[in-house]
Amino acid sequence: MADKVYTSQDYKSGQPRWCPGCGDHAFLASLHKAMAELGVAPHNIAVISGIGCSSRLPYYMNTYGMHTIHGRAAAISTGAKVVNPDLTIWQISGDGDGLAIGGNHFIHAVRRNIDLNMILLNNRIYGLTKGQYSPTSARGFVSKSSPYGTVEDPFRPAELCFGARGRFFARCAAVDAAGSVPVLVAAAKHKGASVVEVLQNCVIFNNGTHDAIATSEGRKKNAIYLEHGKPMLFGENNEFGLMQEGFGLKVVKIGENGITEKDILVHDAHCQDNTLQLKLALMEGPDFPIALGVIRDVEAPTYNDAVNEQVEEIKSKKPYHSLKELLLTNDTWEVK
Amino acid sequence: MDEKVKKLSQVAVRFSGDSGDGMQLAGNIFSTISATVGNDICTFPDYPADIRAPQGSLTGVSGFQVHIGADKVLTPGDKCDVLVAMNPAALKTQYKYCSPQSVIIVDSDSFGENDLKKAQFATMNPFEEMNIKNEVISAPISSMCKESLKDSGLDFKAAMRCKNMFALGLVCWLFDRKLSLAEDMLKEKFAKKPEIAAANIKVLNDGYNYGHNTHSSVTTTYRVESTGAKEKGLYMDINGNKATSYGFIAAAEKAGLKLYLGSYPITPATDVLHELAKHKSLGVVTVQCEDEIAGCASAVGAAFAGALAITSTSGPGVCLKSEAMNLAVIAELPLVVLDVQRGGPSTGLPTKTEQGDLLQALYGRSGESPMPVIAAKSPTHCFDAAFDACKIAVEHMTPVVLLTDAFIANGSAAWKLPDLDKYPAIVPPYVKPEMAGKWTPFQRNPETGVRYWALPGTEGFMHRIGGLEKSNETGAISTEPENHNLMTKLRAEKVAKIVDYIPMQEVEGCKDDAELLVVGFGGTYGHLSDAVSHLNAAGKKVAHAHFEFINPLPKNTEEILRKYKKVVVAEQNLGQFASYLRSKFEGLKLYQFNEVKGQPFVTSELVDAFTKILED
Repeated sequence: MADKVYTSQDYKSGQPRWCPGCGDHAFLASLHKAMAELGVAPHNIAVISGIGCSSRLPYYMNTYGMHTIHGRAAAISTGAKVVNPDLTIWQISGDGDGLAIGGNHFIHAVRRNIDLNMILLNNRIYGLTKGQYSPTSARGFVSKSSPYGTVEDPFRPAELCFGARGRFFARCAAVDAAGSVPVLVAAAKHKGASVVEVLQNCVIFNNGTHDAIATSEGRKKNAIYLEHGKPMLFGENNEFGLMQEGFGLKVVKIGENGITEKDILVHDAHCQDNTLQLKLALMEGPDFPIALGVIRDVEAPTYNDAVNEQVEEIKSKKPYHSLKELLLTNDTWEVK
Repeated sequence: MDEKVKKLSQVAVRFSGDSGDGMQLAGNIFSTISATVGNDICTFPDYPADIRAPQGSLTGVSGFQVHIGADKVLTPGDKCDVLVAMNPAALKTQYKYCSPQSVIIVDSDSFGENDLKKAQFATMNPFEEMNIKNEVISAPISSMCKESLKDSGLDFKAAMRCKNMFALGLVCWLFDRKLSLAEDMLKEKFAKKPEIAAANIKVLNDGYNYGHNTHSSVTTTYRVESTGAKEKGLYMDINGNKATSYGFIAAAEKAGLKLYLGSYPITPATDVLHELAKHKSLGVVTVQCEDEIAGCASAVGAAFAGALAITSTSGPGVCLKSEAMNLAVIAELPLVVLDVQRGGPSTGLPTKTEQGDLLQALYGRSGESPMPVIAAKSPTHCFDAAFDACKIAVEHMTPVVLLTDAFIANGSAAWKLPDLDKYPAIVPPYVKPEMAGKWTPFQRNPETGVRYWALPGTEGFMHRIGGLEKSNETGAISTEPENHNLMTKLRAEKVAKIVDYIPMQEVEGCKDDAELLVVGFGGTYGHLSDAVSHLNAAGKKVAHAHFEFINPLPKNTEEILRKYKKVVVAEQNLGQFASYLRSKFEGLKLYQFNEVKGQPFVTSELVDAFTKILED
């Protein structure tokens, strides 16, 4: 298998049926590219999704796939991964599927650290059901089901992921292929639950929700690409940077007030303590740039490995390995 | 000493006391040693529903009834011949299981003023208050237990934990049971605490000797000999939940599949999770999920990836799983959903038995959702029923509901260890390599209507399935009217065709000339069979058909139901199986016997009810 070189084409199937201009098209192309780069054979991949626009994605993959039921993709993926750890599983959910109806499965899959690539396409709206607010819609958001604005605060996916002890969190913009592919590759290479929040536009029901980072100019201004070991610089000419101030962060301009690049924080995605990573993940405009890239990437034992290692360990310890042998471990008596 | 000895063909003993009094252990040991000497056994643990009721209170009473017989016993017995009541609360709540001839053993030390108050007695003489005229062995069990262990070094609390063994010793004397077997069991149970084992054994012997020395001259003792009618072989005492777990393991071995259980704790099904979680050395994988939904959904994922996938629960859990069960229906994946039924609706009676989930199992899902339903008949039959459920699920690529209930799940009986070589093979309908390229996910075996199974990881068979309707031809999403019509029919036909792979329905009792056919399903087998035997012995022409296979029903079901002048369907719900049968066979006239008390049927009540129908 290692010798076979795959191209994006090897992972493609079907004709996507999303609305023209939907962010899912761009994401799909990035996913195909990332898979080609990773080089896992299509028959060793399963793409498992829930319900929603983005959850149609498995039909456009030339891999094994299951388009399941609303909210349950993480649970279904868990069962599949535990019994066949050799499968690479990409779990595709939207913000409604993953964080509302499937919120419980999402947090527990992350907590267990099962080796899934958990993609969360966040367009902050229910698109398939034609425009209701989602658990990531901002307070006051006007939609068909909130004509006078919502009166509730949204989830911030990173916060939820970190709260569930997430070991990997990354973010990319769907339209930004150059930023998405490396993030998806890193997510796949990470052993354990890898959560990738994909900021994705819904042209019909929530157009412009991620406008600030929709173009490369916008991203230069309003986003920061975090890379492990690199200083946290952003701006058209990397003229801005992030520094620590008290328990918080502040945006500074290089050259102003005697600040040089040496004063700028260096990103540590591998730091066990997630305090700073969380601060970075929660940055919002207009005062802060939106963090893109791999924000947290920490090694920890995976659930699927631990389950199967325990099976092997107990196999070597217990003297019975078949039902026939197991039956005889009970108190028995003989009728002669 | 001139002992009064009575020979009996069968006898029921009920151990009862506070939840912490160790009545389940005493009962278990007594049933196992009785089985070991060749008696047949049937047990019924009757747990309190309270988490931890106050000590000595009426709601905290835990009971364990064991029925032992020289020949076959099918039920735990309507009434007990000996009642052990460790406190007044036990006497008050359990006396209803006594007949006028029953012997009652009480711990006189726990019948003080306070104890009587806790059990809501108004006077100091509970026997008079309850108008009890039975023979009572009033033994100072607590104080003798304390005396017995005064040199053991155990503190008072630890010593008092042994008093169940005093009662057991007394019962063993009453039934002439050798203590050596009980001693062996105690040594094994407390292998890591030899001082506790020694204390229990000492108290056990003291209880036996107390009976022998103090009561020999006045009390009748009993002998239940073995008729030797039992089939030769190795036996064990097994409850339904354990037998079900073993059945799943057997099926996984026969199918060459990894066994996966996705589950969430729920009474009375949790012991299946406990049991399977122990057997990692057999490669069993269990995941205690975040909720019932995930239990089922993860099992669907495991099935997709190629495991023998099980989810275990009780009725309320099935409600939550139904959407994921339907995913397995439309994706045509093998899955077994175990429903250990309890009293409902809602939280209902979590520790008590009922058969109220039948229609939920058959119909409780959206859309046209055909699903095979199998019901286990007894604790030991759970093994075969679980095996059958798995075989059907795997070979016919369908979810299957396996119904058991709290009574058979917790109740136990002597089980002859199965000869696994005699069980049939389970052959998953895998895709064959030569199909690659031409294969589509819903291509079917023309004979069985079953689609072929392509496991992720297999080259050349990549495919996408899921909850949306798919084209029968290509496997792609399809909303074509004709296709949905066809797929709906194909799924139904596939399940209907299973009838060719299940045995014919058998009839027991006076099957040729009965005036009344008793029909039941699932866990009521023992009581219905017992009632029919009683009626037959009294010269009444009654037959009994007890169903394991509910969907599809065996081929000869209609013939059987129309053959007899009168048919009564007896079930622990308000008539679900009866209405199912009526819906299948037009014009069927059925009597019904329905009871939903959370308790097993009472044989004598069944006999009375069936006699009335005969006279009707």
